[in-house]
Amino acid sequence: MTEPTGKLSRRSFIGAAAGLTFAVGFGNRGTWFVSDSHAKSVEAGIGAWVRIGTDDEITIITPAAEMGQGSMTGVPIALAEELDADWSKVTLEMAPAEPETYGYLNRGRRSMRITGSRAIRSYFEQVRLAGAQVRKTLVQAAAQHWGVDSATLVTEPNTVVDPSRKRRLSYGEIASFATVPAVLPSVGKDDLKQKKDFRLIGHPVARRDVPEKVDGSAMFAIDVHLPDMVYASTVHAPVQLSKPLRWNDADVRKLAGVVDIVPLEQGVAVVADTFEHVLAARDALSVIWSEDALARGYDSEAALGDEYDGVLNSGAAASAPVMSEGDSEKAFRTAAKIYRGEFRSDYGYHAQMEPLNAVARFNAASDRVEIWEGTQAPGDSRRLVAQALGFEPHQVIHHQMYMGGAFGRRSVTDYTVEAALIARQIRRPVKMIWTREEDLAFGMFRPQALQCVEAALDDAGKVTGWRHCVVGDGDRLLYSGINIEEYYAIPHRLIERRGTSHGIRLKHWRAVAHPFNIFAIEGLIDEMAAKEGLDPLEFRRTRMALTPKAEAVFAAVEKLSDWHATRSEGRALGLSVTERSGSLGAGVVEISLDADSGRIRVHRVWAAIDGGIVVQPDMARANVESGIVYGLSSVLKERATIKNGAVVQSNFHDYRLLRMSEAPEEIHVEFLDRDTPPTGLGEIGNPFIASAVANAFYALTGKRLYHMPFTPERVKQVLAA
Amino acid sequence: MIKFTVNAKHVSVSADPDTPLLWALREHLRLTGTKYGCGAGLCGACIVHVNGKAVKSCQIAVSGVEGAEVTTIEGLSPNASHPLQKAWITEQVPQCGYCQSGQIMQAAELLAMNPKPSRQEIVTHMNGVICRCGTYTRVISAIQRAAEEV
Repeated sequence: MTEPTGKLSRRSFIGAAAGLTFAVGFGNRGTWFVSDSHAKSVEAGIGAWVRIGTDDEITIITPAAEMGQGSMTGVPIALAEELDADWSKVTLEMAPAEPETYGYLNRGRRSMRITGSRAIRSYFEQVRLAGAQVRKTLVQAAAQHWGVDSATLVTEPNTVVDPSRKRRLSYGEIASFATVPAVLPSVGKDDLKQKKDFRLIGHPVARRDVPEKVDGSAMFAIDVHLPDMVYASTVHAPVQLSKPLRWNDADVRKLAGVVDIVPLEQGVAVVADTFEHVLAARDALSVIWSEDALARGYDSEAALGDEYDGVLNSGAAASAPVMSEGDSEKAFRTAAKIYRGEFRSDYGYHAQMEPLNAVARFNAASDRVEIWEGTQAPGDSRRLVAQALGFEPHQVIHHQMYMGGAFGRRSVTDYTVEAALIARQIRRPVKMIWTREEDLAFGMFRPQALQCVEAALDDAGKVTGWRHCVVGDGDRLLYSGINIEEYYAIPHRLIERRGTSHGIRLKHWRAVAHPFNIFAIEGLIDEMAAKEGLDPLEFRRTRMALTPKAEAVFAAVEKLSDWHATRSEGRALGLSVTERSGSLGAGVVEISLDADSGRIRVHRVWAAIDGGIVVQPDMARANVESGIVYGLSSVLKERATIKNGAVVQSNFHDYRLLRMSEAPEEIHVEFLDRDTPPTGLGEIGNPFIASAVANAFYALTGKRLYHMPFTPERVKQVLAA
Repeated sequence: MIKFTVNAKHVSVSADPDTPLLWALREHLRLTGTKYGCGAGLCGACIVHVNGKAVKSCQIAVSGVEGAEVTTIEGLSPNASHPLQKAWITEQVPQCGYCQSGQIMQAAELLAMNPKPSRQEIVTHMNGVICRCGTYTRVISAIQRAAEEV
């Protein structure tokens, strides 16, 4: 049996061999360690975080779900920094799904949800304080042992040093005689290291998950195998959210290996002894679906055209002001000049490489379920599964696995709920896998949208008024990234959303609505620059009231990309900016165009980013590179469309992703040197790319792209117009 | 029973003959380093070697490898010592890691045929393997690094 084992899988050190265990007390102050005895005396919210063995080995619980972004390594590095740990002696263990213990504090509540590029920025301060507290405890224990004042002692990695008497004690040696005091020393921000003293933060440290990911040993949920396990896959309605009414149950049950057929609220799951038998049963299953779904008859292309135009231009549509600042009405009424642009974008599919899946097993009494899955929100998933089963969360034992990509999709675990419901009915362990086709058809998409952006210029040509209206389905999923104030200090602004509803499942996609909102914002700005006869960078500097932070990233990317240098024939540059998750980035792309085929090629990308303190520069760079390629894939190729209520695309032949031959040849990422708290970097590479490419396209051809993705067909139409 | 060798071990699988090799490897033989991504020969996450040739294992029936020598990522080298695996670590290529077995197996075929590939030869050879995390530039760097060290 190949139940996941290994150093990442489970918390094993509570009550383990000799050494010091540091638990954590929860409260509204952040993560603070308490003594082990205190931990045992408190009923809830206490669990081990750090253990120092007498063998000098240190174990740190890593709380952040790992989906490729590297936070599994990055968060413990911040703790180890303040603990002054010898990183080569640190073992990481994945935290259980217990947000009350392992969550970060967010608006008074603890959460383990890793969305919005928040792992490092949410855990950074609290795990540093925790590390500092363990270090202080060790120093005090050594001081007591030597009978000296702890203020005279210093630490080196895994060692307390008494410099005046040239004595040393390793952390392991201290663990062999010390006990964790009943009351741990308190620590505050003054106890934290200065940036100049960092040994790990900002210095190259290899990711811990990489070795397992080059020899096939990394365990994803889809790799879990249990004794007596069977396989399942759910067939959902082509028209999302229809319900199964009846199906050829008897016929399918006769097929080889079929174990059961399990009706679910929005689908029918076939269960069989092998996955190939599941696939055959899926093919044979024929379901009659209810005809009451909202999405019935929906045509996304028609909606994005006339319907959205109507919503934009009709006062009757539901309009929700997202933000209003100053007096935009007056700014536009008194404007010397007004610019206006409309931009469109299609649905986007997450396309994480590991199709959604989960493994579930009930105990004999059927009052407890074990779940193996990859999720961005282990605590939420545990609650969701419990709710579906009528259980309390403690009846759900959760095993977090590596995720084969997530990009927002894995923050809602509807697939895991399905696995649990199937396992309950069939009374056997089950591995439930959606096929790629199912993953796409029953996807949760980035909404399509229409943007209308307007700018009012005063007599001096400065932009003083700004209006942005977004039309589409998905409420909050429509307006992240719509607020420009972090980079453009335009005094009078009005932002509104005009909603509609199509009955299509929608979800946070990498950077949510930033990709299409920034496309519109920075597209209009580039157009204004051209019409005002100014260099795009010059226009932003002289007309857009740049914030100091924006001035810095623009200046950095100007230098990095050698913005003013002449490019070779057939190449052109485009510029854009974006904020995301507290970070600010400016980017430049260099493109060429094959006019016959309509193919745009992005050759080089430069990005200058203010992300605060960068905990791991290479991992951060990898995140930005990833965001750029993910964004570019969406900008050049990806479109999901709905016809007659059903998703048209079915696999990677018609939902096309960027391949190596289409990827940029060079990506240059520079992080500004900062001593401010870290901000999110998982999505900062993505949003600027659409407008950067469109603006470069204008520089090359004199034509503008207003509808993303910029597929070859669309590019040819624009060139011919 | 269909008999073949996997990673130099004799195996026999009692699956329907038309079962894709992918599922025979993953679920019958529990060699889960080979991944399911699309099931349609479009993404390359399932690439293994059959008699030394890179093959998308979702596109070949298990009966088609009767008597053949199959190598999966688990058998590419002892202790992840293949120059590509070492270069993959040095360049910190993987992010989510899900496609990387396919990337490495496809790259291993290239280096076996062409120990000093040009950048263009690398791109042409690797173009069938999708990486959704977008590690392409690092995949290229790692292959170039491994080629220098072979």
